[in-house]
Amino acid sequence: MNLLATIGILAQTEAGEFLEGLKAIGAGLGYGLAAIGPGIGIGLVVGNAVTAMARQPESAGMVRTTMFLGIAFTEALALIGFVVFILLLP
Amino acid sequence: MSIFALDFPAVTHLFEWPDIAFSDTYLALNKTSLIYLVGMILTVATFGLAARKRALVPSGVQHVAEGGINFVEQNIVMQTIGPDGRRFMPFLTSLFFFIFFVNIFEVIPFIQFPGNSRMAVPLLLALVVWVIYNYIGIRSQGLGGYLKNSLFPPGVPKALYVIVAPIELFSTFLIRPLSLAIRLWANMMAGHLLLVTFAVLSAALWGFGYVPGLLPFFMLVLLTAFEIFVSALQAFIFTILTAVYIGGSLHPEH
Repeated sequence: MNLLATIGILAQTEAGEFLEGLKAIGAGLGYGLAAIGPGIGIGLVVGNAVTAMARQPESAGMVRTTMFLGIAFTEALALIGFVVFILLLP
Repeated sequence: MSIFALDFPAVTHLFEWPDIAFSDTYLALNKTSLIYLVGMILTVATFGLAARKRALVPSGVQHVAEGGINFVEQNIVMQTIGPDGRRFMPFLTSLFFFIFFVNIFEVIPFIQFPGNSRMAVPLLLALVVWVIYNYIGIRSQGLGGYLKNSLFPPGVPKALYVIVAPIELFSTFLIRPLSLAIRLWANMMAGHLLLVTFAVLSAALWGFGYVPGLLPFFMLVLLTAFEIFVSALQAFIFTILTAVYIGGSLHPEH
């Protein structure tokens, strides 16, 4: 019996639980994938803000405000992934 | 829900509270709405009490109110709108303090529930902000000017307007209020879930000796401190984004 047939039988016998499991896997993977890009983005934003603050410490206040703004915009994507995760949970 | 024999409460159980009074009416009270009421009363009381005394050298609650007003003026209004944004100070300051007071209930012992982890009030606040910045944009630039400036930003090659205008239409009038609401709500919800996870974990591991029980407990303490920071930061970000949107419709880009 090949793998596909096994999966088919599993799906027939415990269809509800199988679908629940698939949903949970999808939710976890979806959140993980949605966190990759914003993670890199927030790293870039904060790293460049620290560089700017180190070069010109007198402009640190303005840079910090702009940095929080940039983080907020970037973070929104990760949060939408988190919302999908919550919605997919059984 | 049970993960690795660990009984984790269902998400609906964590965020949906039973009615305390007036159930089955529009005025039904539960924990969330009580937190919102207390947050509103705290905001009004802070500034009401501070305005009643008016000592030259501030102390107590007056100190908190003046510090907050100074913070909003220097770090939010001046950085984003400029001197003519001072007339939005009452709105922005009360927005900041209301969101902060509602968020901070996440770490207050025996309450430990951030009111903003339910979607309704963040969405309402975002809609209020949406109405305000659109109204200001139309009043200061005229309807045509406001639409032209927000849909066709200057400095873009003419041919690209085919792509840019629909994107700007979506992002300015649809995505802005939604992301404003979702940012506040999802941050507070994620923080609450993190705290619950580590509390459940340390309670479940407590039976296996001190070391496995203490490790998640230290994490819980650290995360509680982090959530205090997040509560203030989310209030700050909501207020500063509101100020940025108001500033954008008050002074269009040239």
